Amino acid sequence: MEGERRASQAPSSGLPAGGANGESPGGGAPFPGSSGSSALLQAEVLDLDEDEDDLEVFSKDASLMDMNSFSPMMPTSPLSMINQIKFEDEPDLKDLFITVDEPESHVTTIETFITYRIITKTSRGEFDSSEFEVRRRYQDFLWLKGKLEEAHPTLIIPPLPEKFIVKGMVERFNDDFIETRRKALHKFLNRIADHPTLTFNEDFKIFLTAQAWELSSHKKQGPGLLSRMGQTVRAVASSMRGVKNRPEEFMEMNNFIELFSQKINLIDKISQRIYKEEREYFDEMKEYGPIHILWSASEEDLVDTLKDVASCIDRCCKATEKRMSGLSEALLPVVHEYVLYSEMLMPILSVCFNVKGVMKRRDQIQAELDSKVEVLTYKKADTDLLPEEIGKLEDKVECANNALKADWERWKQNMQNDIKLAFTDMAEENIHYYEQCLATWESFLTSQTNLHLEEASEDKP
Amino acid sequence: MEQAPPDPERQLQPAPLEPLGSPDAGLGAAVGKEAEGAGEESSGVDTKIEISVSEAEKRTGRNAMNMQETYTAYLIETRSVEHTDGQSVLTDSLWRRYSEFELLRSYLLVYYPHIVVPPLPEKRAEFVWHKLSADNMDPDFVERRRIGLENFLLRIASHPILCRDKIFYLFLTQEGNWKETVNETGFQLKADSRLKALNATFRVKNPDKRFTDLKHYSDELQSVISHLLRVRARVADRLYGVYKVHGNYGRVFSEWSAIEKEMGDGLQSAGHHMDVYASSIDDILEDEEHYADQLKEYLFYAEALRAVCRKHELMQYDLEMAAQDLASKKQQCEELVTGTVRTFSLKGMTTKLFGQETPEQREARIKVLEEQINEGEQQLKSKNLEGREFVKNAWADIERFKEQKNRDLKEALISYAVMQISMCKKGIQVWTNAKECFSKM
Repeated sequence: MEGERRASQAPSSGLPAGGANGESPGGGAPFPGSSGSSALLQAEVLDLDEDEDDLEVFSKDASLMDMNSFSPMMPTSPLSMINQIKFEDEPDLKDLFITVDEPESHVTTIETFITYRIITKTSRGEFDSSEFEVRRRYQDFLWLKGKLEEAHPTLIIPPLPEKFIVKGMVERFNDDFIETRRKALHKFLNRIADHPTLTFNEDFKIFLTAQAWELSSHKKQGPGLLSRMGQTVRAVASSMRGVKNRPEEFMEMNNFIELFSQKINLIDKISQRIYKEEREYFDEMKEYGPIHILWSASEEDLVDTLKDVASCIDRCCKATEKRMSGLSEALLPVVHEYVLYSEMLMPILSVCFNVKGVMKRRDQIQAELDSKVEVLTYKKADTDLLPEEIGKLEDKVECANNALKADWERWKQNMQNDIKLAFTDMAEENIHYYEQCLATWESFLTSQTNLHLEEASEDKP
Repeated sequence: MEQAPPDPERQLQPAPLEPLGSPDAGLGAAVGKEAEGAGEESSGVDTKIEISVSEAEKRTGRNAMNMQETYTAYLIETRSVEHTDGQSVLTDSLWRRYSEFELLRSYLLVYYPHIVVPPLPEKRAEFVWHKLSADNMDPDFVERRRIGLENFLLRIASHPILCRDKIFYLFLTQEGNWKETVNETGFQLKADSRLKALNATFRVKNPDKRFTDLKHYSDELQSVISHLLRVRARVADRLYGVYKVHGNYGRVFSEWSAIEKEMGDGLQSAGHHMDVYASSIDDILEDEEHYADQLKEYLFYAEALRAVCRKHELMQYDLEMAAQDLASKKQQCEELVTGTVRTFSLKGMTTKLFGQETPEQREARIKVLEEQINEGEQQLKSKNLEGREFVKNAWADIERFKEQKNRDLKEALISYAVMQISMCKKGIQVWTNAKECFSKM
């Protein structure tokens, strides 16, 4: 129960407790070592999970609620979720199910936009009901992401699909674009739901449950307690020098992210290109079969053979189409999501670890500073603050770094699984495609040889 | 037909060369095989003849205008194979260039108008997809042309009538002076220049329906095969793209594997399989090119069919013209004899305007006309005979051609299926290996 104990220490360190005033637990200071020893936690949580009451208690507390960190996503709607990570877990640990569907167009005098229906099913106590249905537009998702980033500057927030796609997109609202976006938004919310910390974020809860007018008024409020705290952490981290922050680890992460970013971008480009080539191949193949039918009209002795060839080609054509759609369902969205991830990983690193030189540091301080937190930042002469407070701040930064490291490990693990699954799926699609084509042509051959044998036996006296 | 066909046109003019009629002229009546095979079966003769175009070589020389030119020469080897022990002996070997093949074919077209003369491989690369070169000097093109030329010779050698032609025999055996020999036959003079006027139409009053149908068929065949080849080339292009892009995965995976501890090995070996996949398309498409060549041969055969139809059309036209001419002469004669003018003639008009002719003049004219009529009747008779012979011989060859075509095309389509199967099997293997690597990551 080590984690538990640690968590209950956090409120006493002078920070406003996360759970006490209805704010979502886990939204405040990240818990030291909590995500890092997640596997350990898992076992502990399993024990805790037996009682409904225990669940309630923990959900109100500012303590660890790691129950959702590794649970697989269960499709609760006709729309199936693919590429969800499965670790060692039990499906029944998951208590928050989200689906995004039904894109609808709304036209006002000023603008046209799309909203998506979001259905949330949950058994958590802090939710007023067990089922919610709301409509949200892309802007709202952006807002949510922003809030999460503010509140948890050292965590890896899932990426949102792009605002626009520059290449090849003529119409903002064409069906493919909307569908791709819908899937990505669905992924986004589920990733948050699966994240041990983010899942309890208050803004997240409001996003899922509030009516439209409630959300607008909530948005208008100033930065919450959490964002202010987030700012603090950021400011402190960026201004501190000489923090013994395990530079080798950092360098390792840094190198990895740079290379990963490069590679995943390339893989994204390659995969998109493959899709394009397959589509063009499919378009040409569609014309190929019918020519044989045309030909059969002028060849009396070859009618059957030509017609059979035409039907084989058509069947292979359909198989190609299926392969293409498999690619666009399985591989492309996954790879693309990781491209977006890779774009935001570097900035997170540089917030936590003071890498960019002096000028940048100063810029960061400038950006983060707020009159309310000014008192907490170091100036050149840092004699104003009491050693105690310094110590606490150092602790905080230490926590932040640990949280990132833990989240980083979690993210990496997810990434490896997702990539592995996506490519395995792609291989599977290709195998299936070739098997189908093989069967088609083999049966053609057999029919031709049978025909031949028949003819031969007919010729015999 | 064991003897050379009584070529109607030749009967009208002295033929400097007689095609050889006896089997021991050096070429057995070999039964044909299609495409790439080099061997034939004998039909009752002790020696088999094997023809192959075994090599191609780039040469430079001076052309007719004394300008330097580069061309490709092809080595033709003729072997005679003892039926009993199967040993082959090289009997002849010489080098020919494409233009000489063309000359041979032009000659055959003139001397055997009722035969569907096998076509030559294309002069310039057509239906090219992007990877294939359209350059005549490109080694792949040259190689495919070599095979096409060999096929051409084998087709002739396996044709019951064409194989006995002396010029063909000399083509295989007499290197120097062959061109002069061909030209001495005077075949260019005999060639009906009207046949070259492709757009000229000859209004035939009583067209032979069979030939009309055949012409339609050859048009359709040409159109559908061209279309098919064009689309096939585009499909090949796209397929090439799909395969080759996967090769990029190989490179990226291998670079990525350097930073991944756990996934590293899986990525690396998966990348290798992606490379294998990408490079497999080259062989696949090369095989498909052979299939395309088989179809192309029949594309050009369509032209040969059309040529026979046109010759027939021309014959028919000449026949009708001759008959018409004869009829009008008879008419004129009758009018002169009976003194009635039923038809308009310039002579008649001038006579009316400028006075009658003397009885002696009239007699003379009647005599001339009667002679012409006689001649005309002879000619018509022989033309009719010619025509019937032509039709008979042509149809015999067309039937032979049809059977050959059905066999060949069916085999080509089956070989296409075999190629697809091989491609699928390769695909399954590569992706199964890749999948294993991925799942081990």
